[in-house]
Amino acid sequence: MYRILKREELVPNIHLLKLESSHIPLKASPGQFIIVRADEKGERIPLTLADWDADEGSLTTIFMTVGTSTQKLALLNSGDTIPTLVGPLGLPSQSENFGTVLLVGGCYGIASIFPLAQQLKKKGNRVIIIIEARSKNLIYWEERLKEVSERLVVVTRDGSYGYSGHVPDNLKKILEEEKVSRVVVNGCTFLMMITSETTRPVNIKTIVNLNPIMIDGTGMCGVCRVQVNGNTKFACVDGPEFDGHQVDWNVLLARRHTYIQEEINSLSFWECEKYG
Amino acid sequence: MAKIDLFRRPMPKQTPKERIKNFSEVALGYTPQLAIEEAKRCLQCKKPLCIGGCPVEINIPGFIKAIAENNFPEAIRIIKEKNSLPAICGRVCPQEEQCEKVCVFVKKQAPVAIGRLERFAADWEADSKTESLKAESQNNSNNKKVGVVGAGPAGLTVASDLIQLGYPVTIFEALHEAGGVLIYGIPEFRLPKAIVKREVEYICKLGVKLFCNFVVGKTRTVDELLEEYGALFIGSGAGLPWFMNIPGENLNGIYSANEYLTRANLMKAYLFPEYDTPIKRGKSVAVIGGGNVAMDAARVALRLGADKVSIVYRRSRTEMPARLEEIENAEEEGIIFEYLTLPTRYIGDENNWVKEMECLRMELGEPDASGRRRPIPIKGSEFITPVEVVVVAIGQSPNPLIPQTTSGLEIGKNGNIIADEKTGKTTKKGIFAGGDVTRGGATVILAMGDARVAARSIDEYLKTGEW
Repeated sequence: MYRILKREELVPNIHLLKLESSHIPLKASPGQFIIVRADEKGERIPLTLADWDADEGSLTTIFMTVGTSTQKLALLNSGDTIPTLVGPLGLPSQSENFGTVLLVGGCYGIASIFPLAQQLKKKGNRVIIIIEARSKNLIYWEERLKEVSERLVVVTRDGSYGYSGHVPDNLKKILEEEKVSRVVVNGCTFLMMITSETTRPVNIKTIVNLNPIMIDGTGMCGVCRVQVNGNTKFACVDGPEFDGHQVDWNVLLARRHTYIQEEINSLSFWECEKYG
Repeated sequence: MAKIDLFRRPMPKQTPKERIKNFSEVALGYTPQLAIEEAKRCLQCKKPLCIGGCPVEINIPGFIKAIAENNFPEAIRIIKEKNSLPAICGRVCPQEEQCEKVCVFVKKQAPVAIGRLERFAADWEADSKTESLKAESQNNSNNKKVGVVGAGPAGLTVASDLIQLGYPVTIFEALHEAGGVLIYGIPEFRLPKAIVKREVEYICKLGVKLFCNFVVGKTRTVDELLEEYGALFIGSGAGLPWFMNIPGENLNGIYSANEYLTRANLMKAYLFPEYDTPIKRGKSVAVIGGGNVAMDAARVALRLGADKVSIVYRRSRTEMPARLEEIENAEEEGIIFEYLTLPTRYIGDENNWVKEMECLRMELGEPDASGRRRPIPIKGSEFITPVEVVVVAIGQSPNPLIPQTTSGLEIGKNGNIIADEKTGKTTKKGIFAGGDVTRGGATVILAMGDARVAARSIDEYLKTGEW
């Protein structure tokens, strides 16, 4: 069993989960993920790593509550345990001195770009970060991200904080001002897709950290297959990072929705059991 | 001399009508009386061929004699001298290709039912809650440690053999439960998971340390483990599913057999929504392939409520690699066999769900490299058939995680780790391998046989230090 050190709702529906682990932090790299199960009847779900500390023996991930598994995780508190924690899985992000790198984060991705920003900065890159949320009250980790970037741009769709609108409009402006050699996006599939479409015409290498459904996370089941440049790849072992200009977004979006009806049923079943 | 009895006692089974509605075990096992009757048929040959037919060399006439004499504790003791997983092997070994194939009664189509008797002895022990071998933690603090990668049939066997030789053994398993293919692949109705659990617990009682949720190649590399362990055995299995690379294969509703069976077995999706992992319960399901895995997937689909389940296989019944017993079970349950048929593409609906598949009819030509007649497409025979769920069960190759992250391991062209058949030695000093990671997709008992061979040579290597 794996102990929870901390679970905190950072902003509505987005939670921080800090877990005890002596061995995963020793091997973790930016871009990698873990797989957890909330309880013995739970699904195996992948969560991108947002931070880790080998001395303390801890790792941190951020998740948004959407279905049964994440609702279950959201009810855990420090001292509780979960039966499965495995990782670090997937290939690490490529990290070298690229020049200027622009990182885009939305939702849980606001947190999962943090370790990459930290590493890229250490390697001498000029790091620019754009984070995006629907509204001001959904923005978190702003201070942390400022520390690992030269420039932090906040975008809210309702204009309640920072720049107003979506990532693409603001991204275009920044690309006019800065000579960006690489863009990396973490967050929901839609954000990764529209960001990739924005950088395609100007031909800036754009890396996306894909989030398909997974089970084992080690290449055994093939549920996470994605189409990249016409070839089938397994996101868990060949990724999760791919060139956003080569990803077939329609296949990814459709496959992520495979169990939409079952997810609704599962959640209502669990809520009935739990709350009567 | 006993009278020759050619009546091979059948094993009671759930009727097909009954069993397709549940996930309980299909075969119910011998009663003590049936077991004794069957055991008495054994002629106790002076030079028994059956022992040579068994990859782990169980003293078959010995344990059968004990059953015939109503001495069940002795029977299981004899089996466990050689086999730590008898309840599993009694169920899933292809005995008709091994021990039973060389029984003197095989010419009369009535070999002694060795597998059923092995299963009987193991189940009797579990039911009577006595363990014939005293499972005691071994005093092994002086010996070099052995690490085992993967808690499947090979890993469990190697661990059990070496702990009994006095080595401290640690198993690293990537999934959250031990058992490998026994847990994620073979369905409950063919191998109840409680049995696997029981056998794993037995091995742990012998003193084997088991770490689940540990992915060798990621959590630690083989090279790192080698600094801590005197020898390592790699039994990580064949966990990379193949697809046909035909159009539409990434549509929703198309599964690899690994995914379909893992959802159903390991994650217990047949109990959804009590368990959280879902599985698509299609009304019409097509399973592509003709091996045991295909039979398992088809029979799972039926139990999940499908009206029509077909096995689509490009050759004919004669060439099917599945065990005859499994083919017969599937036929009895109403699975439709589409022989000489090859899917060529899948057609999706507006939401990217598979709705139809296009197939070609085949005819058989000359035998190919595998010795089986080669299927040749019949021109113009394309046809389209509706389908809601497709399970691709055409085989798999070894998982690449370990080969990719280990220095100095020679890898074959199919991604398999090269290991010497007689010793299990790989090309890297201190590292042994066996089972599907070297064979690329074989059987539980062959993996166990490899493990037995490797255990012997690990013992020798650790004693002498010679490679």
